[in-house]
Amino acid sequence: RIVGIEIYIQRYMNRLFTKRLFTSTGKYPKTYDKILIANRGEISRRIQDTCKKMGIKTVAVYSDADRHAMFVKEADEAYRIGPPQSNQSYLVMDNILDVVKKSGAQAVHPGYGFLSENHIFQKLLQDNGVVFIGPPTRAITAMGDKIESKKIAAEAKVNTIPGYMGVVTEIEEVKRISKEIGYPVMIKASAGGGGKGMRIAWNDEEAEIGFRLSTEEAISSFGDGRIFIEKYIEEPRHIEYQILGDQQGNYVYLPERECSVQRRNQKVIEEAPSVVMDPDTRHAMGTQACNLARTCGYYTTGTCEFLMDKHKQFYFLEMNTRLQVEHPVTEQITGIDLVEEMIKIAAGYPLEYKQEDVKINGHSIEYRVYAEDPARKFLPSIGFLKKYREPYNRPGLRIDTGVQEGSEISMYYDPMISKLICWGKDRSEALKLLNQNVDEYVIRGVNHNLGFCKTIINNDSFIKGDYTTAFIPTFYPDGFKGEVMSVEDHKLLTIMAYKIKNIKDMQARLKGVDYEPYEYEPLYMEIDDTWYRVTHDHETEKFSVAKVEGEVEEKPTIFDEAKVEKFDYEHDSLIFTKVAGQEKTLQFNEVTDFIDYSFFYRGSNVKLRVLTPKQYEANKYMAPPPKIDHAKRVISPMPGSVVSVSIEEGDPVVDGQELCVIEAMKMQNIIRSEVEGKVKKVNCKVGQSVGVDELLIEFVQIQQYPPYIPEFSIYYL
Amino acid sequence: PVMLTLKTTRALSLWGIRPLALRPLWKTVVRSFSQVTSEESPLDTRPFVERLKEFKKAAVLGGGQKRIDTQHRKGKLNARERVQIFLDPNSFREQDLLVTHRCSEFGMHKDENKIPGDGVVTGYGTVNGRPCYVFSQDFTVHGGSLSETHAQKICKIMDMAMRVGAPVVGLNDSGGARIQEGVDSLAGYAEVFQRNVIASGVVPQISLIMGPCAGGAVYSPAMTDFTFMVKDTSYMFVTGPEVVKAVTHEDIDQEALGGAKVHTSKSGVAHDAFDNDIDALLRLRNFVDFLPLSNRAPLPHRPTDDSPTREEPSLDTVVPDDPKVSYDMKEVIEKIVDEGNFFELMANWARNIIIGFARMNGRTVGIVANQPRVLAGCLDIDSSTKGARFVRFCDAFNIPILTFVDVPGFMPGTDQEHNGIIRNGAKLLFAYAESTCPRITIITRKAYGGAYDVMSSKHLRADFNYAWPQAEIAVMGAQGAAKILFRGQDLDAKTKEYEIRLCNPLLAAQRGFLDDVVFPRETRKRIIEDLDLLRNKVLEDPWKKHSNIPLQLDSTCWL
Repeated sequence: RIVGIEIYIQRYMNRLFTKRLFTSTGKYPKTYDKILIANRGEISRRIQDTCKKMGIKTVAVYSDADRHAMFVKEADEAYRIGPPQSNQSYLVMDNILDVVKKSGAQAVHPGYGFLSENHIFQKLLQDNGVVFIGPPTRAITAMGDKIESKKIAAEAKVNTIPGYMGVVTEIEEVKRISKEIGYPVMIKASAGGGGKGMRIAWNDEEAEIGFRLSTEEAISSFGDGRIFIEKYIEEPRHIEYQILGDQQGNYVYLPERECSVQRRNQKVIEEAPSVVMDPDTRHAMGTQACNLARTCGYYTTGTCEFLMDKHKQFYFLEMNTRLQVEHPVTEQITGIDLVEEMIKIAAGYPLEYKQEDVKINGHSIEYRVYAEDPARKFLPSIGFLKKYREPYNRPGLRIDTGVQEGSEISMYYDPMISKLICWGKDRSEALKLLNQNVDEYVIRGVNHNLGFCKTIINNDSFIKGDYTTAFIPTFYPDGFKGEVMSVEDHKLLTIMAYKIKNIKDMQARLKGVDYEPYEYEPLYMEIDDTWYRVTHDHETEKFSVAKVEGEVEEKPTIFDEAKVEKFDYEHDSLIFTKVAGQEKTLQFNEVTDFIDYSFFYRGSNVKLRVLTPKQYEANKYMAPPPKIDHAKRVISPMPGSVVSVSIEEGDPVVDGQELCVIEAMKMQNIIRSEVEGKVKKVNCKVGQSVGVDELLIEFVQIQQYPPYIPEFSIYYL
Repeated sequence: PVMLTLKTTRALSLWGIRPLALRPLWKTVVRSFSQVTSEESPLDTRPFVERLKEFKKAAVLGGGQKRIDTQHRKGKLNARERVQIFLDPNSFREQDLLVTHRCSEFGMHKDENKIPGDGVVTGYGTVNGRPCYVFSQDFTVHGGSLSETHAQKICKIMDMAMRVGAPVVGLNDSGGARIQEGVDSLAGYAEVFQRNVIASGVVPQISLIMGPCAGGAVYSPAMTDFTFMVKDTSYMFVTGPEVVKAVTHEDIDQEALGGAKVHTSKSGVAHDAFDNDIDALLRLRNFVDFLPLSNRAPLPHRPTDDSPTREEPSLDTVVPDDPKVSYDMKEVIEKIVDEGNFFELMANWARNIIIGFARMNGRTVGIVANQPRVLAGCLDIDSSTKGARFVRFCDAFNIPILTFVDVPGFMPGTDQEHNGIIRNGAKLLFAYAESTCPRITIITRKAYGGAYDVMSSKHLRADFNYAWPQAEIAVMGAQGAAKILFRGQDLDAKTKEYEIRLCNPLLAAQRGFLDDVVFPRETRKRIIEDLDLLRNKVLEDPWKKHSNIPLQLDSTCWL
């Protein structure tokens, strides 16, 4: 390869993609010359930004899967540390230590996940005279242990969930303990799980019945009748406090983050401050968090997580001894750069401000954009970002991402695309900005959860701030199947299609040719098997849209004004419109022909078919489209040899799942499933050579989606 | 061609025409035309203008409302509806509405069998404002069968199309030859064939098969530039299922013998298939928009919102580092062309090569690209012929050709060798070497061996040749080369050495076989600049009657 070209490419990319989060104004105390970031993706870039601001050189480490990633190109130095699997690269301490030595980095920032809460790694660095930017070892070990952390919390007089940790056997004992704790209480089987052997009791009577039933259930289900009792937290909200502590023993707490919108214990939306918080409770909680930190000799940033019930009683859950995924919301409302603080504290500088200096400025909301398919039980969606355009840069918007157009969302890591962080003077303003940004965010090539975001942030309960950790299970018990569009939405889309068709028809027509243009005739449009008739009055600029069913036409809706304010092709055909005084943003996808139109609107993809009256009349004679015949078997598309088979008989498969790899012409071709179902028979083995059209795999088709098996558990709370 | 030399009688049966299917048609009374004066009926004494009006009114109904309804019930439109949907509103000018046939055998001379128009609607109109000639066969009139006059009507518009320089679009829906006419009908076919050949390379000819097309009739669409079909309602074959059964004892139905699926994925006869009549006609409009009106006309130009200087950063990473891993060339094409609008042809046949039309800064380009996803993008018999025909079409109409190369070589194997990969591969080589239209070549990754030469290399008079930095231009892959050159030595080290020294675009660039090594993201910009420059390209060959492209058919064709 030509070495020169590669260097040139790298420089070229650096120039184009270096985006600084913070402007480099203020003066920074002398800390380190060079920091190694033992992480990847967006957090690596996030830390690099602060380092660049502070004039510190950065060293990135990367696995083979990340060699083209942005964080590698943007770092001052980058070193390979192993193959894609994180247990062979990002988690191998020796490899990282080698890079530290090779690059001469003085400190290591672990980011979140991977080695961030690993005290062995920290010890290893210390032994080699390298600074670990994070809390001291004793704090990590103390807080990493559930029992230990509860003990320390009790010592620091931090509210913990009251409960009797021992096993109870007598009904009288149950009643006594319950009274001590205070009703309501939760009676739990110690071997329990999945809601079995669990009862909530609000008084003595219920406690008695609950205890009996739980014991019986526990014995029959788990063969273990041991029972313990815990305080039941009504309508709990997840609230956490970011604390900052220096090595001199000064502590401040930063205003809380609320992360109650969770799906399977993964945070979906985080906001700061919490809507339910009052200054007194904030002070009480924050002080407890600081006390806890002080007790275990903690310094640098950390987060104390609490559960808060509807009576504003709060209980300590656990402490995270690292920089968290959702730290940007705190940064936005306080103006404090947490990474900068971490570096300064690690270098031994004291905190520059006191508790009273910390002020809340506005409201910030973060949504985690993941490459996953909400319609398929949030199964990760692997692939290349065919198109990736971030929303327009508006004041208050911050996007932390590690990807760009063309990047791969690989199967080896957390499929996070970005963090969409929106700040506003108040909550409604922040929500408005988030709404707008979701509309403008263009992601193609992989499925994503933007539609889910749109649904949540337009949920009335969420808008009111009236939600608990049960928000998603309550509103989306069967998962999220995509936004249901109203007739009004459909009508808006038909007007847009009408406008676009006019523009495109004008372009298609050769100049100087005169014939009756389409814009003077009504158009018929089909969305989801419903037909609409759209007419446009050129005198008054009014649109009228009517639903058509067979020969019957419903009363039309008149739209006074419909304007395309902006049609941004560069940004993947983003359309800003104003219909009847309302501003809407849509994305116009798949510009392949102008019969079928496809829009991305309110987080969902919508298909439209546009016909002129003549075509509509003729269309009645057309046979309905034939049902897609799902193949129940996979045949080899080419002669070659089987390199790997990734499924076994009886395995459930989903559309697009890799089944096997066939090597032909020295090329590896991934054979993917085109059906959803179950594998009936695998007719090929690894190493076997197969001919064209040879039967490889047979399926039994099932209608339902297979149960979701979470393979990707590297989500951070 | 061998079919044409057979005796008429045998040919009739072989061409799969089923007299049984036609019999009810001429027996049926067509009431609408009873006004036509003849010796038997009383003389109509109304003024001519009045009679004409009525006559025309009846004529547009073709075989009558009843048959039109039958056509609709089958999910098909009638001939005139098709023309109306294909052409711009109110632009159709029909010619020869009043033509009737001259056959007198088997009762054909009777009034009710003399249906004006004679089973084909012909004329011209506009598609997005540009002229276009159309003939649309009317299945409601004698099953759309081709008579002497029917053929004359088609020939007339083809002659006119050549004269004025406008494409000819045929909407085929015909039961076959008009058996009652005998050799007159065959002569009609031959006249059409002859016109097809003369018009070939003068004006674009497109066939859309919207119903049956059997027997000798298939050769007219086969000789046009592009053949499209409608799924489930159209089929094409030389001999029908009955004859197949009688001769080879194969039990097969029409769909499996010559349906849209067969011809788009197995035989490579059709360029694409569409869901239904409306879909087909509307998409055909989109397709015609790409083509110049004739070989004398300039390329069509459509204003676009897509910036000519748009950079596509994602192209920098589209080619995987591991040469064994494939990627989708279609993605590359869609990112480079205007608005991602790529009209692919023959998408399901010989998928290791991609052909189709797109626009660059509003002007049409033909695209030929190896598809690494299928058979690693190597050239085989089918892909070579597929590419060759397309290259020759583009050359005939001076449509610039963009070639995207990622080719590891020719497909090895006895199947390929015995079926003539040599002469078939030569077709693509010949077509490229012969073409004088503007040509730009981009080597995205592999360009190995003879296939490098074939794929529009500098040596074959390509105008601009570029490579992306990841390109590997060599006689063969590093591993194979090392095995031959360094037998018995440390192969891994030598492979690496070969890779570093030869598997890159540097050597080719030093020789001037590449004009530049460009960054993938800038490809679009470079191509558009070059195409602007090439608009006035002149390249002339010495006079000759015509070249002699290696045309031998595949031996398998005869089985």
